[in-house]
Amino acid sequence: MRNRAIHVLFAVSLLFAGASVAASAPGTASTADHSKFEELAGPFDSGEAVTRACLKCHTEASHQIMKTRHWTWDYINPDTGQHLGKKTMVNAFCIGDQSNEPFCQSCHIGYGWKDQHFDFSDGNKVDCLACHNTGGYAKPSGFAGNPVTVRSEYPPGSGKFVEPIDLAKIAQTVGRTRRDTCGACHYNGGGGDGVKHGDLDSSLNTATHALDVHMDKDGLNFSCSDCHVSDQHAVAGSRISVTAADPHRALLRGEKTARNPATCQACHGDKPHKENLLAAERLNAHTDTLACQSCHIPAFARGGVPTKMAWDWSQAGQLTAEGKPFQKKDDHGHVIYDSKKGAFVLGKDVTPAYQWFNGKVTYTLQDDKIDPSTRVPINVFHGEPGAADARIWPVKVFHGRQPYDTERNTLLVPSVGVPNDSAFWYNFDWAKALAAGAEATGAPYSGKYGFVDTQMLWPITHMVAPKDKAVGCHECHTNGGRLAGIDGVYIPGRDHNPWLDRLGWLAALAALLGVTLHAIARVITHLRKED
Amino acid sequence: MSHATPMKRIYVFKRYERFWHWSQAVLVIVMLVTGFEIHGSYDKLGFERAVRLHALSAWTLLALWAFTIFWQFTTGEWRQYIPTANKLVAMARYYMFGIFVGAPHPYHVTARKKHNPLQRLAYLALLALVSPIIWGSGLLYLFYAYWGSLGLDRWLNLEQVAMAHTAGAFMMLVFVIAHVYLTTTGHTVFAHIKAMITGWDIVEDDDARPTDADQGPGASAQR
Repeated sequence: MRNRAIHVLFAVSLLFAGASVAASAPGTASTADHSKFEELAGPFDSGEAVTRACLKCHTEASHQIMKTRHWTWDYINPDTGQHLGKKTMVNAFCIGDQSNEPFCQSCHIGYGWKDQHFDFSDGNKVDCLACHNTGGYAKPSGFAGNPVTVRSEYPPGSGKFVEPIDLAKIAQTVGRTRRDTCGACHYNGGGGDGVKHGDLDSSLNTATHALDVHMDKDGLNFSCSDCHVSDQHAVAGSRISVTAADPHRALLRGEKTARNPATCQACHGDKPHKENLLAAERLNAHTDTLACQSCHIPAFARGGVPTKMAWDWSQAGQLTAEGKPFQKKDDHGHVIYDSKKGAFVLGKDVTPAYQWFNGKVTYTLQDDKIDPSTRVPINVFHGEPGAADARIWPVKVFHGRQPYDTERNTLLVPSVGVPNDSAFWYNFDWAKALAAGAEATGAPYSGKYGFVDTQMLWPITHMVAPKDKAVGCHECHTNGGRLAGIDGVYIPGRDHNPWLDRLGWLAALAALLGVTLHAIARVITHLRKED
Repeated sequence: MSHATPMKRIYVFKRYERFWHWSQAVLVIVMLVTGFEIHGSYDKLGFERAVRLHALSAWTLLALWAFTIFWQFTTGEWRQYIPTANKLVAMARYYMFGIFVGAPHPYHVTARKKHNPLQRLAYLALLALVSPIIWGSGLLYLFYAYWGSLGLDRWLNLEQVAMAHTAGAFMMLVFVIAHVYLTTTGHTVFAHIKAMITGWDIVEDDDARPTDADQGPGASAQR
């Protein structure tokens, strides 16, 4: 009896010991309690006021931030020399930022970028809270990246009000970045949860082991920055200059290296499969041709949030008999038509497409000529089949239909989101919206527009499934499998030499026929003898 | 096969030899079945299981061969595979004509010469031609992961190796078909199979005629 009591006590104490270990796990506890800082007592009437307080102690933070793409939205691709960055790039979803800044810049880590006159050298405009809040923070669309501190009607005259938030409370509870802080923008690219990436959506905030083994809330519970390690606020990892192949061992803690810490191999190494001796490293041999993601992410949009697979802007602008915009929803309540945006095709549990990829990406930019007779690639993933620097990657292939200049054959950016006379969402007039967009981008515009089919690719790299749910061998090693269209690699079960097969089966058939005839002849001659 | 000829039982296939033969037969058939599934000819076990079973069978057969090579040399049985032209044409003629008219088998099995000249030639071809193709390509295939560190990837690609392996598999398939059929050509349809199971074959009793030296069952069993 006493024995059992001791056992129970022991078990309970173990339980507490476990809990206390978890609470003080490295990286979760801070040496500073920001609620005790006088500087953060508040009240704050603007985001900039909070930043000024932050910078009193974190003296270098704004200078670090201002060097990063999170701030500049402006980027020279080191692989191609192409001038990129969200500021000027065109995509196949929400199309473009320029002329829509007050709306879109709610996802800029700064305060007040409402047009091209934003001062990128003013450190007080850096938004620390966007990434470091631990809840309660919001930058509603329409306020040029500013949080709302007084009750405001938006859009003006609409009778709809945005409630203010208490910046002091948020400033006092700052912490490390988390999945939900990064996700506030990175989940919602393209104007909604899961729209763009396919492998990033709010389901990851409460990820199960089945959804993502690393972000599993009851398991490893990784934050984004556990892989996307940052140094001086520069965050590792890029989908524009991708580390598509990383044929190296795992990094050691503290190792000085120029390698990207966000790859799978950075932790797992490039030969991660433990197999028995007889298998002769069969799975590890696959890492010379396949990205880890190709097998370990069997499908994307697996968390219940659908991702957009297609978006047809040409259907936007249909109105009800009363002249009102409307929405249509599918059986699950997801919007598939919106007068403001057009028609969508949604996808859940989507099997990726696969292609060779060496990490280099080129984009079709605002001033690039397009060929409207074929589907226009908004981006191209490069990589020679079978090349040593390329791997077969899973990708989301998205199809758009979006406005272009029919005389100049260039893509157009419409003004959509800012409540004014030219924005499409408020007047449903493409001519005005496209003229205003062109004016903001500074691109020449003939005034004649049409809609062109486009395509955009997204590398799939999150939502890593448990290993027993990895893509099975037979899904590629077969005719018409996942890798049906992939050149540059011989896949047993998919590939064969048709002449060798014909000859071989013919020989086997001839042998079978020969022995059958021989046997028949033996039987007949034997029967004759009996007679 | 004339019934007038006196017959006797002789011990032809020793215990290890029979074990080797039948386990090899099973392994070869398993490897043919799984191999052609891996090749994509059909879908029965599933690719992954087929690969696992194929590789396991290959390792098992390698181990079996290690013992068998040892056995062949310690017993001197390897001499059974030395080719001979003696009665080769007679054997071919027998299978093409004689067998239909009940002509006597031109070759008399003894424990020291258990394979007829056609068999010797076929087994030698299997050993010297088909086996190197299958094992050479098969081991390269199996150890594909090590090509880079061995520098082999500069000379070889998987497609060539797979083609050689498939070609070898077809040769083996043709052999199996012919081999299984030829087991029925003994003095009864199942005589040869029975001999390979029990070790004892019934052959024409050359001792009944005054001929060359005797090879009794006891002699061969003790050797």
